[in-house]
Amino acid sequence: MSLPAAPAATVAELVRGLAAKRYSSVELTRAYLDRVAAAQPELNAFITVTGEAALAAAARADEARAAGRGGPLTGVPLAHKDIFCTEGVLTTCGSKMLANFVSPYDATVVAGLRQAGTVMLGKLNMDEFAMGSSNETSYFGPVRNPWDTARVPGGSSGGSAAAVAARIAPAATATDTGGSIRQPAALCGVTGIKPTYGRVSRYGMIAFASSLDQGGLITVSAEDAALLLGPMSGFDPRDSTSVDSPVPDYTATLADSLDGLTIGLVKEFFDDGLDAECGARIREAIAVLEKQGARVREVSCPNLPLSVPTYYVVAPAECSSNLARFDGVRFGHRCESPKNLTDLYSRSRGEGFGAEVKRRIMTGTYVLSAGYYDAYYLKAQRVRQLISADFARAFGECDLLLGPTSPTPAFRIGDKCDDPITMYLNDIYTIGANLAGLPGMSLPCGFVGGLPVGLQLIGPHFSEARMLNAAHRYQMETDWHLRVPAAFA
Amino acid sequence: MEWETVIGLEIHAQLATRSKIFSGSATAYGAEPNTQANLVDLGYPGVLPVLNGEAVRMAVRFGLAIGARIAPHSVFARKNYFYPDLPKGYQISQYELPIVAEGTLDILLDDGSRKRVGITRAHLEEDAGKSMHEGLPGASGIDLNRAGTPLIEIVSEPDLRSAKEAVAYMKKIHTLVRYLDICDGNMQEGSFRCDANVSVRPKGQEKFGTRAEIKNLNSFRFVEKAINYEIERQIELIESGGKVVQETRLYDPDKGETRSMRSKEEANDYRYFPDPDLLPVVLDAAFIEGIRALLPELPDEKAARFVREHGLSEYDAGVLTASRELAAYYEAVVRQVGGEAKLCANWVMGDLAAFLNKDGLEITASRVDAAGLAGLVGRIADATISGKIAKDVFEAMWASGQSADAIIEQKGLRQITDTGAIEKAIEEVMASNPGQLADYRSGKDKLFGFFVGQVMKATGGKANPAQLNELLKKKLAG
Repeated sequence: MSLPAAPAATVAELVRGLAAKRYSSVELTRAYLDRVAAAQPELNAFITVTGEAALAAAARADEARAAGRGGPLTGVPLAHKDIFCTEGVLTTCGSKMLANFVSPYDATVVAGLRQAGTVMLGKLNMDEFAMGSSNETSYFGPVRNPWDTARVPGGSSGGSAAAVAARIAPAATATDTGGSIRQPAALCGVTGIKPTYGRVSRYGMIAFASSLDQGGLITVSAEDAALLLGPMSGFDPRDSTSVDSPVPDYTATLADSLDGLTIGLVKEFFDDGLDAECGARIREAIAVLEKQGARVREVSCPNLPLSVPTYYVVAPAECSSNLARFDGVRFGHRCESPKNLTDLYSRSRGEGFGAEVKRRIMTGTYVLSAGYYDAYYLKAQRVRQLISADFARAFGECDLLLGPTSPTPAFRIGDKCDDPITMYLNDIYTIGANLAGLPGMSLPCGFVGGLPVGLQLIGPHFSEARMLNAAHRYQMETDWHLRVPAAFA
Repeated sequence: MEWETVIGLEIHAQLATRSKIFSGSATAYGAEPNTQANLVDLGYPGVLPVLNGEAVRMAVRFGLAIGARIAPHSVFARKNYFYPDLPKGYQISQYELPIVAEGTLDILLDDGSRKRVGITRAHLEEDAGKSMHEGLPGASGIDLNRAGTPLIEIVSEPDLRSAKEAVAYMKKIHTLVRYLDICDGNMQEGSFRCDANVSVRPKGQEKFGTRAEIKNLNSFRFVEKAINYEIERQIELIESGGKVVQETRLYDPDKGETRSMRSKEEANDYRYFPDPDLLPVVLDAAFIEGIRALLPELPDEKAARFVREHGLSEYDAGVLTASRELAAYYEAVVRQVGGEAKLCANWVMGDLAAFLNKDGLEITASRVDAAGLAGLVGRIADATISGKIAKDVFEAMWASGQSADAIIEQKGLRQITDTGAIEKAIEEVMASNPGQLADYRSGKDKLFGFFVGQVMKATGGKANPAQLNELLKKKLAG
C-alpha cells in the first residue's frame, strides 16, 4: 500500500508551515483526507469522514489567516474520537445503539478546538462506549495497528492512536477512563496525555464512568500535546466537576531543564506481569532522563495492585446508570414494532448494545443492588481512597512517577476476546491514575519485536506542564516518537 | 378491639424557581408539550446537570422555618429505574445525606390543643415528566416539560394519628411553603401533593402495623378520604383474619377507594449511589445565617403576635394566619381603622369570608379591599351605623364597589343618635299601642322586645340600639 505523502511530521511543524504559507489549510486538509481514504480499508480508524465540511472549514481558516485573524492552530486538521458530540455530525460512540445519532450540539472540547481554528477531518473509531482495551468491541469493526495490522491498536481510543501513528491525522482527541488514551498510545507508538480529572470539560463527551472519564489527546509529540491542550482545557459552567483554575501556556515551559526533577519508579509497576523486554526499554528511557538531570528513586504504592478490581466495580456501577438513558425512547436504536414498554426496552437495549457493554451494565447493576452495595461499591470507594493516599504519599517524595504503560506490546486481534479478565489486566498500570484523578502520559520509548513500547508518566493533580516538560526533554533526546510504520510512511 | 392509626406523610412541594433544578429550562406550567425541555432535560448523550443555587436556598429557607438541622454537607444521589417519562433512566435525588434533617411543626387540633409533628428530613430532587395516554390512539405520548422541575420532599415521622391530623399537618406545610415563597401551593397543577403511609395497630401496642403507601394524593379532601378508607380497609382485613401486606396503593377519587398498585416484592431496587456528575453541596454558617436573616414572619409567630397584641383568640389568630395574604389583609384593616382588632377579625372571618367563598374568590381578588372594609368597620366603631345595617352596607359595597360612606349617604343609613328624635319615636309607638303598654306595665317584661322592634321599624332600623334600649326602659317604666 502506498499513501500520498504526509505534509509534515508534527503539529508543531504544521503550525510553522501554515504561518510561513508553505501550504494552505485547504491543501493540508486535502492531503490528510487523501491519506485517510487510502488507509481506511486497512486500518478502519475512522467511523465518519467529514471531507466536505473539513474543506469548507479549511477554506475559512485560510481566509482568516489571509485577513490576519486566527491563531497558531488556525487551519490545523485533526480528528475527534467518536465519543465527543459534534453538531450535525454522526456521533456513534462505537455502538449500534447510536449508529443513527446525529448530535444536535458540540462537546465543549470540540467547540474549544474549533474556536482555536482547527479543522475536523472526521470521527474516530473506538471501543463501544469506550469499554475495551483493544478496539475490538466497536460496532463498526476493529481498528488495526499500523505497525502490524494483524494486531490491535489498544483501546478504547484505538482509532485515535492508529490514525496518529499512521499520520492520517496530525493529532486526535481521545478519552481515558481506565487507560483508554495511554494504552493505545503505547501500543501504537505515539504520545498520549490524560489530563487531571476536571481539567477538561466532560460536557458533550458521552459518559462511561463519570468519576473517571477525562478527555485528552493523542499526538505525535509532547510538544504537539502542549499546543493543543490549552484550547480544550479550562472551567466549563456546564460541567460541575470541571475545575476553575487557570490554564497555563503549556508550551512555555516545555524546554525547561530537568535539573532537580525527582522521578519515582513505582515498585509495583515493575512486577512479574511486565514483559521483560518492555521492562528493558523502560530502563533505557530512565537512563536518558537521568542524563537530562533527573534524579530517580524507587517509591511504593502498596495498594496499587488493587486498582483493577476496584476499577471493575466503580466503572461498571457508574456505567450501568449512565447508559440507562439509551432506552429506545428519545434517540438511538429502537427495536422494530415493540409489543409493549418492557419489550421496547429489552429489545432496543438487547439489540443496541454489544456483549462487553452488556457485561459491564450487568456487573454494575449487581454491585449497586440492595444487599451488595456495601460489599462491593462502598468497599471499592474505600480502596479508591487508599490508592489516592498512596499516590499522595509518593508525591511527597518525588515530582513525577514513572513506569510502563502496558505490560506487553500490542497483541493479536482476537487473542483476548474470550477472556475478559486477561483483557482487563492490560490496564493494570494505567487505572490507578484514573482512580486518583491524576494526569498521566504515555511516550514511545522503543520497540520490542518491531512493536512500539510505551513509557508512562504520572504527575500530581494539575502538573500537566511539568509532565509535558519532562516528556518533551525526553523526546528532544530520542526519536521513537518520530518513527512511522513503513506501510504508512 | 380498639385500633390506633399511624400515619406518616411524604409531601412533594414544587419549588418556585424560574428555571429547572439542573438545567436552564423554564418551569412555567401549561406550555405546549416538550417546549420547555432542553437537551439536559431530555437526557441527551453527553449532557450534564448543573445545580440551580436558588433551589438550594429555598430548601434552606424551609429547613430553617421548621427549626431543622441544615446539613453543611449534602449529596445528590441517583435513583435508578426505567420509565418513559424519566429520560435519564434515573432520578437525581438525595438519599443518605439530605439537605434538611430533624425539624418539627406544630398543628392545632380540633379540641384546641397543639400537637408537635416530627419531620424526619426534607431533600431536594428533580420531578419526572408526564406520560399522556389520551388523544393518541394506540400510543402513549411523553411531555417532558415537568422533567427536572425542582421538588422538595418533606418526610414526616409516623406521628399522625388520624386522617384529620394528617390534613391539618399537610395544610400547615402548605401554609408554610407559601409564606416562605418557595412553592405556589397549586394542588390542581400538582405543585403540592403527597404520599401517605398508613398502618393500624391495637391500641396500646408499641410495634407498628404493616403499612400501605397511598401514592400521589393531590387534594386535602382526597388525603382525608383515602386515609379513612385505608384505615377501615386495614381494620376490616385484620378483624376478618387477614393480614395487611406492605404495598403501594392508588386512590381512585371516583370510586372513593384505594387499589393495590404493586407489592413489596414487585418494588424496584433503586440502586441509589452518589451522583458522580454533581459535587456535594457544602453550605457554610454565613450562607445559612444570611438566609435566616431574610426569613419572613412565619405563621406561628404571626398568630402569637395577633393573640398578644390584638387580643384575638388562638383560634381566630390561627384562621387569620392560614395564608400570608389573608393575614396581610386583616392587618391592613386593623391599621386603617386604628384599632378594633376583634371587630376587624370578625368581619374578615365572617361576612368577607362568606362572600369570598360564595363567589369562589381568593382574598387577593376580593371585591372589597382592605381600605374599603376598614371604611365600613370605622363607621360601626364611631356609631355612624349599627352592626346590623353594616351587613346591608357590606353587601352593597360588594355589589357596587362603592365605599361604605357613599352607600350610607345615598341610602340615608346614618344611625339616629339624637336623644330627642329617639324619644319622639318611642312616644309615638307607646301612644299607638296602649294595650301592649298596659300589659308591659302589669309585668309582661317580654313585651320589651316588641317595643324595640316597633321603634326600630319606625326609625327605619337606624336608631342607635344602645340609646334606644336605655331610653325605652325609662319611658316604659313611666
